[in-house]
Amino acid sequence: MENRNILSARFGKIKPDSVEDYVAAGGYEGLKTAITMKPEDIIEEIKKSYLFGRGGAAYPTGIKWEQAYAVPLEKGLKYMVCNADEGEPGTFKDRHIMAEDPLELIEGMTIGAFIFGAEEGYIYCRGEYSAIQETLRSAIDNAKKSGYLGENILGTGLNFDIRVVSGAGAYVCGENTALVESIEGKPGRPRRKPPYVKNAGLNMKPTVLNNVETYACIPWIVKEGGEKFLSIGTEFSGGTKLMCLSGNVVNKGVYEVPFGTTLRELIYGMGGGIPNGRKLKFVHLGGCSGTCFPEGLLDTKICYNDLRKNGLSLGSGAVVVIDDSQCVVDYLKVVMEFFEEESCGKCTPCREGTQRMVELLEKLSEGRGTDEDIERMKDLSQIMKNSSFCGLGKSVPIPVLALLKYFEDEFKAHVAGKCPSGKCSMSGGKK
Amino acid sequence: MDKVKEVLSKYHNEKENLVQIMLEVQKLSEKNYLPDEWVRYVAEALDLPLSKVYGVITFYAMFNNKPRGKNLIEVCKSGPCHVNGSANIIAMLEKELGIKPSETTSDGLFTIELSNCFGACDIAPAVKIGEKVYGNLTQDSIKNIINPYREGFN
Repeated sequence: MENRNILSARFGKIKPDSVEDYVAAGGYEGLKTAITMKPEDIIEEIKKSYLFGRGGAAYPTGIKWEQAYAVPLEKGLKYMVCNADEGEPGTFKDRHIMAEDPLELIEGMTIGAFIFGAEEGYIYCRGEYSAIQETLRSAIDNAKKSGYLGENILGTGLNFDIRVVSGAGAYVCGENTALVESIEGKPGRPRRKPPYVKNAGLNMKPTVLNNVETYACIPWIVKEGGEKFLSIGTEFSGGTKLMCLSGNVVNKGVYEVPFGTTLRELIYGMGGGIPNGRKLKFVHLGGCSGTCFPEGLLDTKICYNDLRKNGLSLGSGAVVVIDDSQCVVDYLKVVMEFFEEESCGKCTPCREGTQRMVELLEKLSEGRGTDEDIERMKDLSQIMKNSSFCGLGKSVPIPVLALLKYFEDEFKAHVAGKCPSGKCSMSGGKK
Repeated sequence: MDKVKEVLSKYHNEKENLVQIMLEVQKLSEKNYLPDEWVRYVAEALDLPLSKVYGVITFYAMFNNKPRGKNLIEVCKSGPCHVNGSANIIAMLEKELGIKPSETTSDGLFTIELSNCFGACDIAPAVKIGEKVYGNLTQDSIKNIINPYREGFN
């Protein structure tokens, strides 16, 4: 398999915050090209690249930027905001970009600032990454000293500065409107949409908001052209993706793969397969809010279209591998406890629904569950999917319904008082 | 209080920097918490109702109103760490320190907290002590990691 390094080419090879190293390794070529182009033409290249948002929602970046570009300047100067909240368990790709090549993110945001005439940028970085925030700040300072950021960037008259803002431990702040609320110093609860952030985001001003990896793709696309980026991936998914491999797998880590690589190649090729002679039970794809599937779907290509056809979605690129020593009820309980704690409490379906899910799974894992409880989980899933306020609550049911679909027998075994893998306490016992 | 004042002026006494201010102020406490009198002081300085300020600090998981240990040991319990045996790490820490999660040792050195992922899934199971992340933990290695903290390392 071809190893295409677009995003990770400089990982481990340069001093992360050094502009000299970055430039010597091909950095800032994108920005230098961009300033010779018309903003519309840059957006056109991004559209041709079929770059989709890498945070999880997979919205086409070119279209997003075209829409943002169309928002009239009378509404105020646009903000460039980067979502570096990476809170999805099993996701650590943005951490690698920011820790090993932060300037490719900064360059991507600066190209955006050139397009939109933005003067202020924010990188909203999760509080857990406090050490990485310092790397980012240092890279920003160095870029300013070298004329790539700050006033009159590369003599273009563009003034653009970036500030690193820390989160403080709230998964929901990965949601766009919650994120801007948090930058404003408030609790990070999502806003009602519309208005969308492109029209009224940070400080209710037009805001262009993208994930770290999305911004990091921009310099390469501008430098090499959108068509070349697309040619690396599949027909409708341009470029490469940083995949985060974790769980019960030999070689955990971040792998940059071209779209079109299969999940099997990733897990058994680069990942080295399942340790301790175990077998794969299922894969949890795209983070906690992603779907779960068994061995049968492993030959699916990593490509937005192929995944969608199989009812899967790539999400953030998290691939959590679960081996056959694990129990679906026990695993799902851990995932639901995560959502229970991270629900912001704003809407009832999510706040109460996550608690009830945990209760039902506790009953099952203690051997007190009934067939009705399994039905309740399905009903509750539908309610949460239909009536939660934001994406957090809406996506909680995804792993629930997937595991119930593929492993209903194992749930039923718990109802009958037996945990086949022996992970659950079953302490409540059956009468 | 002078140090709190310094943090406030670093952030130009601006309301929108409340979260950033509180993160730095909490670091000053050495017990990983926000004393009530500091919270009141910040609220007044930023001209914010105290209820709003508490609304913010109780929303975010990283803030605490009660004193915690000098060293916060965060153990990740999310899926990727869970399937790599984080429960064993928690049990080992409980035994070694004689406390349960959310409790502080009587010498005030350690608090164990269960965390929802700090992005170290590639080295699961992992713990975070202060700003340092330790991964690929075994029951033996966790002992060697906490011992230096007992002797004042941080």
